[in-house]
Amino acid sequence: MKINWFKYSAPMSFYPLAGKLIPLFWIAAIALILGGLYWGFFKTADILNDQKQYYRIIYVHVASAWMAMWLYAMMVFWAMIGLILNTRLSYVLASATAITGTVMTIIALATGAIWGKTSWGTYWDWDPKLTSFLILLFVYIGYIALQSAIDDVRRSDKASALLALVGLVLVPVIYQAVNCPDPTECASLHQESSLKRIDPNILIGMLVTTLGFWMYSFATTLMRARIIVLERERSTTWVSKLPEIESRINNTETGGES
Amino acid sequence: MFRVFWVILKRDLLLALRRSSEIFTVLFFFIVVVSLFPLGVGTEDVVLKKIAPGVVWIAALLASTLALDRLFSADYEDGTLEKIVLAPNSLSISVFAKILAHWLLTGLPLVLISPLVGLFYHLPVNSVLVMMLVLFIGTPVLSMLGSIAAALTLGLRGGGVLVSLLVLPLYLPVLVYGAGAISTSMEPGVSIDPYIFLLTAFSMLSIVFSPWVTAAALKISLE
Repeated sequence: MKINWFKYSAPMSFYPLAGKLIPLFWIAAIALILGGLYWGFFKTADILNDQKQYYRIIYVHVASAWMAMWLYAMMVFWAMIGLILNTRLSYVLASATAITGTVMTIIALATGAIWGKTSWGTYWDWDPKLTSFLILLFVYIGYIALQSAIDDVRRSDKASALLALVGLVLVPVIYQAVNCPDPTECASLHQESSLKRIDPNILIGMLVTTLGFWMYSFATTLMRARIIVLERERSTTWVSKLPEIESRINNTETGGES
Repeated sequence: MFRVFWVILKRDLLLALRRSSEIFTVLFFFIVVVSLFPLGVGTEDVVLKKIAPGVVWIAALLASTLALDRLFSADYEDGTLEKIVLAPNSLSISVFAKILAHWLLTGLPLVLISPLVGLFYHLPVNSVLVMMLVLFIGTPVLSMLGSIAAALTLGLRGGGVLVSLLVLPLYLPVLVYGAGAISTSMEPGVSIDPYIFLLTAFSMLSIVFSPWVTAAALKISLE
């Protein structure tokens, strides 16, 4: 069987496909997030070791933190594909992913701060995990800033893709750097992320919510990608023949919309 | 190949020495920033010793970020940069020569002036020597990583602020270990070797990879 791997890498065929997929991802996202949170809030223990009900923020915190890192990896993946194969759509997807990733990083930092206040007694602490997430946010913002500073689309795509790659190399280095050379010297408040020690009941809620966040990221990324595609391809004939665009053109021509 | 390296290095140094005021601007910026902190934070001996390592590094970070603007922009404006990119030899080598010249003009003077900081902040002689050593090892990383951002933002409006935004988060490892080494040198009986080794590793890595990435970035910017 011969598969045409590049069929949907053309904006023209990507646009309708994304349009069909977005509602599905939205439905899945809402169902999974509501389901995961319901399970997390009503089907799990009220008290976890020494933590009271506050620990339930874990469902949002862990899900958004995972997505923040995973979306960065996705962004770098598309940036790399773009640099190697020079496909326009890859850059579109990379830049569409960046904003959702930034939002996830902010959610992870904010929920982490609230949780930190209840369990550590402080909103912020300069511990390796927190600091590296802050740096991740800066790298995301740098990517978006560079992209919006360059007017030429081709240059802005390639330059920001290169920056994303450099950031990928540096994020683990920074994570190690804020760990002190001698770990016994400075205590870290954030516990090790480990799935093994988590109660299976809580884990189910967490995984379902994460899957929901994942679907949400797909939906928003595709929506943003569609908008970018329309913006970039606005002078092509296939865009002007789209039903939603055509009806709008007709409306303005007949003066239906003022 | 090395002939190109020497030619570009010599040319950049010569051009800068003919307009030596620019070197001194960066140097005085460094000194001004360093001398502002005691006035703002307090002049007690304990406080000064505590903040000195961080202050000296942050001042060095800011000074080198401000100087990055000059790395490519003058050559970009008069078209020399395009000639360098179009030349048949490896662009990474030419870029490496440019970055090295930039470091000799902005990084090395900071290393040489840093004993003055020791004087301002009442540091022991031993720590001043450590400070000079870590600045010597660490400032090349600043020039190397900075060159990537300088190449990416070539010729953009408001490029200076953008460069700082892109590059300062990337400087973090150098700040942590560079300041860490100076602080540790003031504690008796603790070895500073881990800091020195790691800083050297960063330095080597950035020297190997940055010219290559910067060359790619220049090609994108000049396309």
